[in-house]
Amino acid sequence: MTGPERQEDKGKQNTLDPSRRDWLFTAGVALNVAAGLLLAVPLIGFVFSSWVERKDPRSWISLGPLEGFPQNSTRIATYRNPYTRPWDGQTADIPCWVRRLQGNTFQVFAINCAHLGCPVRWFPESGLFLCPCHGGAYYEDGSRAAGPPPRGLFQYTYKVENGDLWVKGGEMPTLSNPV
Amino acid sequence: MNRLRKGAVWLDDRLHLTALYASTAGHEVPASAGSWFYVFGSATLLCFIIQIISGACLAFVYIPSTNEAYTSLEYLNHAQFWGWYLRAVHYWGSNFMVAIMTAHMVQVFLFGAYKYPRELTWVSGIFLLIFTLAMAFTGQVMRFDQDAYWGLTIGASITGRVPLIGAQLVHVLLAGPIIAGETLSRFFTLHVFIIPGLIIAIVSMHLRLVLTKGINEYPRPGYPVHKSTYDAEYAEILRKEGVPFVPHAIGKDLIFAAIIIVGILGCSLIFGPKGPMGIPNPTIVDTNPRPDFYFLSVFAMLALLPDWMEVIVLFALPAVVILFLLALPFLSGTGEKSARRRPVAVLSVVLILLVVGVLAYMGDTSPWSPKMNAWSADPIPAQYLKGRTPLELHGAVVFQNKQCRDCHALGGEGGRRGPSLDAVATRLTKPEMIRQVIQGGGNMPAYGKKLSPAEVEALVSFLATLNPKTKPPAVPSDKRENPLPRDLALIATSPGVKLKQ
Repeated sequence: MTGPERQEDKGKQNTLDPSRRDWLFTAGVALNVAAGLLLAVPLIGFVFSSWVERKDPRSWISLGPLEGFPQNSTRIATYRNPYTRPWDGQTADIPCWVRRLQGNTFQVFAINCAHLGCPVRWFPESGLFLCPCHGGAYYEDGSRAAGPPPRGLFQYTYKVENGDLWVKGGEMPTLSNPV
Repeated sequence: MNRLRKGAVWLDDRLHLTALYASTAGHEVPASAGSWFYVFGSATLLCFIIQIISGACLAFVYIPSTNEAYTSLEYLNHAQFWGWYLRAVHYWGSNFMVAIMTAHMVQVFLFGAYKYPRELTWVSGIFLLIFTLAMAFTGQVMRFDQDAYWGLTIGASITGRVPLIGAQLVHVLLAGPIIAGETLSRFFTLHVFIIPGLIIAIVSMHLRLVLTKGINEYPRPGYPVHKSTYDAEYAEILRKEGVPFVPHAIGKDLIFAAIIIVGILGCSLIFGPKGPMGIPNPTIVDTNPRPDFYFLSVFAMLALLPDWMEVIVLFALPAVVILFLLALPFLSGTGEKSARRRPVAVLSVVLILLVVGVLAYMGDTSPWSPKMNAWSADPIPAQYLKGRTPLELHGAVVFQNKQCRDCHALGGEGGRRGPSLDAVATRLTKPEMIRQVIQGGGNMPAYGKKLSPAEVEALVSFLATLNPKTKPPAVPSDKRENPLPRDLALIATSPGVKLKQ
C-alpha cells in the first residue's frame, strides 16, 4: 500500500480501498473453492470408490468334490465369498442351489430370488423353488413358474476341474447384474 | 439476594438471555393455536430427542461390524445393565416418532398450515419426513439379524433395477459386491452421523420458520387466505389474542409430551425390544423376512403389482409423490384453510391412510406367500376323509405330499396363495382339474412333470369329493348354457333360478 492512499483512509481507519476489499473477497472465495475441491475430490472418491475401481469382483470358487452332488438331485452348497474383509463374519458365507443332472451337467442357481433377492427354498416333493417374501415360484430347472419374478433364477457359470465343482461368484446378483 | 440479582443481570447483559427468550420461547402465538391438535410437532421433536439420547447410549456398546453386531445386540439384551430397556426405548421411540410425525403431517395438511406464508415450513417438513423414514430403514439394518440381512438384499435388488447405473449403485449402497464387512459400517454412518445431522439442521430451519412466520392460527371456515391481506390479518390476530407461547400456549404440548414419554417407556417395559431375531447368516435359507411396520405397505405393494408396473412404481411413484408434496403449498397456497371447507383434502387423507393401512395389513399377513410348512403341519379336516374310497384317500395323501396345501387352504388351514379348495368341485369338473394340475396357469405352477398319471388321477378323485352337499357340482364348460363366468353360471344352473338372457 502506498503512502497517499493511507493518507486518504485517515478518519475511517477500518476501510481499505473498496477495489482492494473486493479483490480480497474474490481471491478469498476462489482460494476456498480450490481448497474445497482439494478436499472434496478424495472424499467423493473414497465414498464412491466402487465406481472408480471397476475391477470384476468375481473369481472361480470351489463348491467341493463332485461326490457331494448326487445325480438328479438338487442340494444347497455354501462358499466363502472371495471379496472378504476380516470382520465379515458369517455374512461372507454365500449359499447357492446346485442341481446335478446327468454326468457333469449342472445348474447352479443363486440363492436370491430374481424378484427382490430373498432366499428361495427348494422343495423336492413338489419340485419347486419357493420364495418366502412375495410368493415367487420356480421350476426345478430354475425357470419361472409363478409369482412376481420377471425371469428365472440367476445361474452361476460353472466348471468341473480336478474332481471339484467350481462356480464363478463373488457378487450379489441383481437384475442389472445377473451373477 | 442483591448479589444474586446482580449476578443474573450481569449474565443477561453478557448472554442476552432475556432477548433470546422473548424472541423464542416467549414469542407471541394466537391463543387459538394452544389446541390439542397442535401438540404433534413438539411431540415429534421430543421423540427425536429421545432417539438421540437412547441411540447415543446404545452406541456405547453396539459394534457396527457384520461379524459382531449380532453378538453385541444379544449382549445388550441379556448382559448389559438396562441394555434391553434402552434397546426397547429406542425401538418404541422410533415407532412413536413415525406415528406422531404422520399425525403432525396430517394435522398440518388438514388445517391448511402449509399455505401462504408457511410454504417453506412445509417443504422442510417433507425433507424431515424423508429423512425420518431413512432413519427407520437404516435403523432396521442396525438390528442386524436375518430380517436386516434380507431387508438389505431387497433394498439392493430394488436399487439394482435403476436403469443404466443400477449395478454401480448396488455397489455404492452395499459398499462392495455383497452384503458384508463394510455394508454395516456404511449404514451405521448414515444412521448415526449423516442423517441425524441433516435432521438437526432441517429441524433448526423448521423451528426458525415457525418463529419467523408464526404458528398457524386455528383455521375458521369462511376465512380464506389471500396473499395481499393475510399478513395484516395475522398481525391483527396476534394483537387481539396473542399470548406468549411459554407459558400460555405450551400447556397442552407439555401434557402430551409427558403422555408420549410414559407411552414409550410403558411400551418398552411391557413389550420389550424387538429382536434380534435369527442370526444374520445367509446360509440359513429357512427364513421369512419381513420389514418393520413402516415399510410393510411397500413390501405388500411389491407382491401385488404386475411385473411391468414395478419399475414405474418403485422409482417414478416416489418421485412423483415427493414432487407433489413439495409443490403442494405452491399449487394451493391460498384459499380456505379449514378442513370443513376442503372435502377433497379430507377424502384424500382418508383414502391414503386406508390404502397404506390395508397394504400394511396385507404385508403383515402376506397372503401371497406360500405357507411353507402347511403340507406337513396342517392336517386335512376329518370330514373330508370320512367315507372316501382308497383312491380318494390316496389323492388326499398326494395333496399333502406334493405341497398343494402350501398354497391352497382346506378347512381354513394352509396357504392362501391360491384359492381355498373346500368347494373346488363346484367350480371345476374333473377334466378341468386335471388340466389345471398338469398345465398350471393363473399363477399356478404346472405339475405335469412332478406327478405320475396315477397320482394325478388319485389327486383329482379326492378334489372331486370337495363338494358341499348344498351346492351343485361344476358343469363342463361345453355344457354350460350361458357363457357366463363360473360363479354366475352356478347360479344360472341352480334349480329354480332363471336368468334373463
